[in-house]
Amino acid sequence: MSHAHEMSFWEKYVFSTDHKVIGLQYMFTGIFMAIIGGFFVYVFRMQLAFPGISVPGYGEVTPLAYNSLVTNHGTIMIFWFAMPVLIAAFGNLLIPLMIGCDDMVFPRINRLSYQIFLLSAIVLIASFFVPNGGFGGAWTAYPPLSANAAYNATPLGAPMWLIAVALEFVAFLLGGINFITTLMNARAPGMTMYKIPIVCWMIVIASILFMLSVGPLIAGAVMLLFDQTLGTSFYNAAGGGDPLLWQHLFWFFGHPEVYVVLLPSLGIVADIMAVFSRKKLFGYKTILYSVFATGILSFVVWAHHQFIAGIDPRMANLFVITTLLISVPIAELCFVYIATLYGGSITFSTPMLWALSFLVEFLIGGVTGIFLGASGADVYFHDTYFVVAHFHYTFVPIAIIGFYAGITFWFPKIFGKMLSDRLGRIHFWGTIIPFNFIFIPLFILGTAGQHRRIWNYEHFRDLASPEFYNLRVIATVSLLIMISFQFVFVFNFIKTMRSKKKAPKNPWNSNTLEWTADSPPPHGNWPVLPTCYRGPYEYNHPDRESDFWPQNEPGPDPADPDYKSGPATDSGFQSTNPNL
Amino acid sequence: MSFQVPIATNRSSTGIPTSRLGVWWVLASEIVIFGGLIMCYLMFRLHHESWSFEAEHTNPWAGGFNTFVLLTSSLFVVLAHQAAEVKDTVKSVRYIWYTIFGGFVFMAVKAYEYTTEIMHGYTMFKSVFWSFYYTATGIHGFHVMAGMFIMWMISRDVKKGKNLHRVEVIGIYWHFVDVVWIFLFPLLYIAK
Amino acid sequence: MSDSEEHHDHSPGRYIKIWAILLVLLGVSILGPLIGIKWLTLITAFGIAIVKAGMVCAYFMHLNIEKKVAWYLLTATLLLLLVFFTGVAPDVMKPTGQNWRQLYHEPTREESAVHHDEDHGDDDAHEEEGHSEAAH
Repeated sequence: MSHAHEMSFWEKYVFSTDHKVIGLQYMFTGIFMAIIGGFFVYVFRMQLAFPGISVPGYGEVTPLAYNSLVTNHGTIMIFWFAMPVLIAAFGNLLIPLMIGCDDMVFPRINRLSYQIFLLSAIVLIASFFVPNGGFGGAWTAYPPLSANAAYNATPLGAPMWLIAVALEFVAFLLGGINFITTLMNARAPGMTMYKIPIVCWMIVIASILFMLSVGPLIAGAVMLLFDQTLGTSFYNAAGGGDPLLWQHLFWFFGHPEVYVVLLPSLGIVADIMAVFSRKKLFGYKTILYSVFATGILSFVVWAHHQFIAGIDPRMANLFVITTLLISVPIAELCFVYIATLYGGSITFSTPMLWALSFLVEFLIGGVTGIFLGASGADVYFHDTYFVVAHFHYTFVPIAIIGFYAGITFWFPKIFGKMLSDRLGRIHFWGTIIPFNFIFIPLFILGTAGQHRRIWNYEHFRDLASPEFYNLRVIATVSLLIMISFQFVFVFNFIKTMRSKKKAPKNPWNSNTLEWTADSPPPHGNWPVLPTCYRGPYEYNHPDRESDFWPQNEPGPDPADPDYKSGPATDSGFQSTNPNL
Repeated sequence: MSFQVPIATNRSSTGIPTSRLGVWWVLASEIVIFGGLIMCYLMFRLHHESWSFEAEHTNPWAGGFNTFVLLTSSLFVVLAHQAAEVKDTVKSVRYIWYTIFGGFVFMAVKAYEYTTEIMHGYTMFKSVFWSFYYTATGIHGFHVMAGMFIMWMISRDVKKGKNLHRVEVIGIYWHFVDVVWIFLFPLLYIAK
Repeated sequence: MSDSEEHHDHSPGRYIKIWAILLVLLGVSILGPLIGIKWLTLITAFGIAIVKAGMVCAYFMHLNIEKKVAWYLLTATLLLLLVFFTGVAPDVMKPTGQNWRQLYHEPTREESAVHHDEDHGDDDAHEEEGHSEAAH
């Protein structure tokens, strides 16, 4: 399926309906927004470590600006970096290729979703330049602070922030419908439910979770917008409304949202681990059903974010139980991943390093969540830096480690070149080690009582001791180191793109269908769409000489009950990749 | 232009045509949006006794007439779908336009309602009941207008004999808009 | 109009019959409140709404002959809304508590109505209403 006519630059790169182009549009927009979000954290961490300093590249940080930086750092990293890169970019790039079709089922709606997403990013960035600047009421935007310009001092920034977030929701609803419908309907012949690569399942389940949880919040956001701009009283107690309603609406979405971003990263890690241990993914169905259970449970844990908001204590008890329960399927997943590694022939390539570190770092994040899930302990920990460290130990593995794992793994397919493994390792260690030195001090600070969202801790005698000061400085300096090492990745990227050396079709000897297309795939992906004969994780099968068994290679399916095992039936493919 | 429908769009591992499968997911997302709004309304309504007093001032005849209009337009759109199934494009286009006309009548009645209510002083700011009333019916009205627009676009294709399968799909969306109103009507107009 | 074996009766007559039943139900739900018994009104209003919605879904949207996955999806969303209500109502529907100050005055029936003189279209301020502007 090729187009013989010439396409203009605009048709090919700007207004394209091709899923690969749209995926890259999402990816580069997401990376651009991450740089903005990263710049914000640099500025406010400098202020926190060295209060009153004129931050290089920014200037002095006023209290109002501090609130705005913190708010927009969080908002950008979740909505304009993690979600677009993990779901929209990887979803668009991978799903059609991994299920063996030529595009998403609704290419023009796909393009529309990106355009709305781009608009949302523009609205958000515009909000930084209006009088009084961007919204500073925290990414959670609780009223009455968020509803009332007399309190939040950003009469234009607040509604613009809300409109940007609402537009982003619409973009992801549209995108999600595409991913879900494509995975459900457009699979290659022979690709039944349990032959779908885990990463595709994860992105689609994430889209479903997003779609179902965001509805009440969209309604709530319209209500908040009216409170902000028209002066209605949906959340104003004096007017007959209820501010606690917003909290519930927000967190009913906010909690499933964290699983929305977690699942794609878990999927990326699963696929990478199977390839680089040359071993079948342990417990495909266990993973799938654990994820279903997590998804369902994720809808009934939300009020653990509201334990000290004055909710009904009987409901709090219920939410403690469900919160502790939800750690079980996630722990199950970690065990299954470890079981996949056990006995495998492991190659410590750059993608594998990222995947392994995901497991370690996310475990720390997950375990510290259990402290917070117990409402008694949460009475102390809520709104301290312990929470900040907990969610960064989960979000950074999700958004940053997961992103780098995916991009280093699929780089040859997407861009047609091989990244330098040596530079990849330098970048990896230069990111992971400082990351821990940022957030372990924050755990300590949080336990010691340092509360969140404060512009200058010098104003709090108990928090201004030298020990506290030193910990804050260590965190900030480590952040500076971590940010510097990101330039290694940028350098690697540019150097690779400028080199003439092309990547082979399947440098990692992986089974999944995307590796049978050219690197990078042309419009339409294959001249003839592939057929699927078996599951995606048949590595080192005893009946084969070669240690992998591509899904599209005609032949028997070992998972089939009628399969007869016997001597090798393949031609004994020998890998020419020295790294494997 | 050069847009060609990909092979993916015509595949169907589930047995449901892709466009119809897509619209079920659209409906799912819309149910939680409207449902969320309605749940919030319900919570407030059930615990503020005064809201039943406030609700006495909505116009149940206008609301009832509008329910009749939407039910009838739903009938027309399902007849349009049935005509499209037998490839009777002329009849299908005609029924689509009856449906669109139903949408116009609905919006006209709503405009009349809003005008009289506002002129009487029942504005959006009078109380949270009225805020909900205008928000819920406003968002619903927006969905009605969006549906009318999409139906117009589809009718242009159907006239040329193209994309007849889309009549069913926009019909399902329109029925959903009708069902939302079927619930909004007693909530806002009848329960007093 | 042609009937195909795989579908139910798709003739326009059937759809018109369903429409007529829907209109009768609509009439009952409008007349219900006029009888004046509160619980009867609730049953007629909401019970009929559920029946009407069910009929539109089953016969107009053809959910009764659609693959089960569509039913499961839509039912799941309704269950989710129930979960939302159950989790939020204990907080939002609680009118009193310890150490609370009631800022909102519930309007009476008289206060909920707008009284105005002969000439219409006035924007008189209505102080009885519980609505309050921004900061105070």
